[in-house]
Amino acid sequence: MLIKTLIAGFGGQGVLSMGLNLAEAALLEGKNVTYLPAYGAEVRGGTANCTVAISDDEIASPVASSPEFVIAMNQPSALKFQHHIQSGGLFFLNSSLVEAEIIRGDIEIVRVPANRIAEDLGSPKAANMVMLGAFTKKSGVVELSNVTEALKHILSAKKKLLEVNEKALQAGYNLF
Amino acid sequence: MKAVYTYPKSLKRAPFHYCPGCGHSVAHRLVCEVIDEMGLQERVIGIPPPGCSVFAYNYFDVDMAESAHGRGAAVATGIKRAYPESVVFTYQGDGDLAGIGTAETIHAANRGENITTIFINNAVYGMTGGQMAPTTLRGMKTTTTPYGRDHILEGHPIRMSEILAMLDGVAYIERVAVNSPANIRKAKKAIAKAFQVQLDGRGFSMVEILSPCPTNWKMTPVKSWQWIDEEMTKVFPLGVYKDVMENKVAD
Amino acid sequence: MTNVLMDGNSAIAEAAIRAGCQCYFGYPITPQNELTEYMALNLSRRKGCAFVQAESEVAAINMVYGASVAGARAMTSSSSPGISLKQEGISYLAACELPAVIVNMQRGGPGLGSISAAQSDYFQATRGGGHGDYRTIVLGPSSVQELADMTMRAFDLADKYKIPVIILGDGVLGQMKEPVEFKREAPTVLAVREGSLRGAKGRPSRIIKTFTSNPSELEEINWSLFRRYTLIKKEETTFETFLTEDARLVVVAFGIAARIAKGAIKNLRAEGLKVGLMRPITLWPFPDEPLKEMAKTIKQYLVFEMNMGQMVEDVQLALAGQGEVAFYGRPGGVIPNPSEVARVISRLYYQKGLK
Repeated sequence: MLIKTLIAGFGGQGVLSMGLNLAEAALLEGKNVTYLPAYGAEVRGGTANCTVAISDDEIASPVASSPEFVIAMNQPSALKFQHHIQSGGLFFLNSSLVEAEIIRGDIEIVRVPANRIAEDLGSPKAANMVMLGAFTKKSGVVELSNVTEALKHILSAKKKLLEVNEKALQAGYNLF
Repeated sequence: MKAVYTYPKSLKRAPFHYCPGCGHSVAHRLVCEVIDEMGLQERVIGIPPPGCSVFAYNYFDVDMAESAHGRGAAVATGIKRAYPESVVFTYQGDGDLAGIGTAETIHAANRGENITTIFINNAVYGMTGGQMAPTTLRGMKTTTTPYGRDHILEGHPIRMSEILAMLDGVAYIERVAVNSPANIRKAKKAIAKAFQVQLDGRGFSMVEILSPCPTNWKMTPVKSWQWIDEEMTKVFPLGVYKDVMENKVAD
Repeated sequence: MTNVLMDGNSAIAEAAIRAGCQCYFGYPITPQNELTEYMALNLSRRKGCAFVQAESEVAAINMVYGASVAGARAMTSSSSPGISLKQEGISYLAACELPAVIVNMQRGGPGLGSISAAQSDYFQATRGGGHGDYRTIVLGPSSVQELADMTMRAFDLADKYKIPVIILGDGVLGQMKEPVEFKREAPTVLAVREGSLRGAKGRPSRIIKTFTSNPSELEEINWSLFRRYTLIKKEETTFETFLTEDARLVVVAFGIAARIAKGAIKNLRAEGLKVGLMRPITLWPFPDEPLKEMAKTIKQYLVFEMNMGQMVEDVQLALAGQGEVAFYGRPGGVIPNPSEVARVISRLYYQKGLK
């Protein structure tokens, strides 16, 4: 089974670290995995996205032209990627920032007020982890324990941040 | 009996292929004398250029590696970084150092690479047949400035010693000439100093040598020597442009 | 040693350090900057090692030349436009029989092109690239693991045959992260190559040069280079085949394109199409003998490249009319997906009546 997830948002929203976290979790599960950041001219506040492919078999291409899952952390990403999702796929919207009406009826839309929840937790920057928690629960691609384990690895040099991020992850996971 | 003249140990006993009156043979000999006197023959790696002195490795009895045109300073950087115990010098002409290799030269100097450059300035491309060099004087006729170098169309002679002396990574720069016994003695002192600067790990050192090219200047050797004094040194004044050992910096 | 998730550029750098790379010289260009940055972080202060961010690609390759002259394992990396600038130095390295490793994380061309992954430097890499009659060994990895493994192999090959070795990757391979395992630990002592210049102590002085005014002498140098190339071809040609045993159509592809093609082939096999993959791993020397052998039984080939058709010429030369060669290419940095390639393969398969 091959699952491709595209994660998009503003630069600074932690879009790339979400993808990396997901990829590391898949690695812990012994899956084949590729993580591909969209690269380009470095612009602060510009858009960022990355693609994570997870599979039991070898992965032919790390690029996703029609991903199973898309996470849109902001409005422009929601508009840009809504038509890319495969029929039957999941579309995760950060409803704190995305107001657009999604008119596709062949995909499931999962609205997560990621920024609001993160703010309620007192750490607005952890909105990405709230979303990753919700994604982990709804998609079932990886186990929450592995996502948490991967997070510990990624934040090994910044242990102070671990607690808030774990809390945010759990809060997102508990939404569904 | 006292020996008043000996053949330098690090100079191979091969007859020079250079034209009569050419400054290269003198410059080669001076570098070899300095290498001998400082006891460096077993440590030196030289970088000869394309150009008239492309066969320098036939004369210098030290390790030598050919460089692409203009890349001497980059090649020297690679050698010195890989093997810092070596004593590395580049031997470059004006087209090489001040034309095609300007970027490599300026940046090696600016990084303060601990290397020594012997820069032969004869105001002309010699081996290719006398074309305009970056250092060709205004009004000077060459095969590519047949009407004389007009600065409006062909630019000005470039003064590398003055330019390089402005860089913080540079430890020692002197411009000398090999057109009289007195000047030749000064040139040798400058070369020795440049190598000493490298041995002391002070940074980039360069000796610019104004060197006669009777063939392409279309002059007799004697007239060439005079022309250096009368014309070339007006544009390229002799002297020390930077010496961190003596706290002398560029004006 | 366990698997770590790492981008291809960093994996090359780490593998190089473990292969005993002593000197790295680079210049920024997308999409390979992670390699230079990794070396700045991990090689620049390492004992006995050197890192220089050069003023240009031209300077960087000539620094590699210098370090190789002094007997060090040396490397530079760049992407297509920068590799064009390095050709002068590569020609000199080849001429002077100096080992070096040069990484090209290809991007779309010609000109400034794009920063997306492409394979349009195949000709440049496999034909020498600079002036004069020479070749370099060219390796075509298709995963981050292979980037790491082939970097180590590249240093060994370079030293063994005194030749520059090109790792021909692309932007996607450089940027993507994949699990990778490093199969060697970094050496504690850096070796100095025999015959290098370190000052004429206790031996006659040495010269490393090519220039000669005697054409016969240079002709002998050219012959001697090509005698070694013949040996390299015999000893080092590497390729991979996948499901070619009973195949009626074989896709020939290298690097990232081979990986995409493999995915397409798996899907087509599931549908009952007898298709397989031939992947040259050494792009020079090109595996022409194995292809020739294959052509005794398999007559239909499809070459798939992310360019307008470069390796296809080597396939045609190898088959020498013994098989039919079709081509599918996407230039400019476009990365086709496996289903698109599968459509091309199956269309050809049915058109040629192979069912």
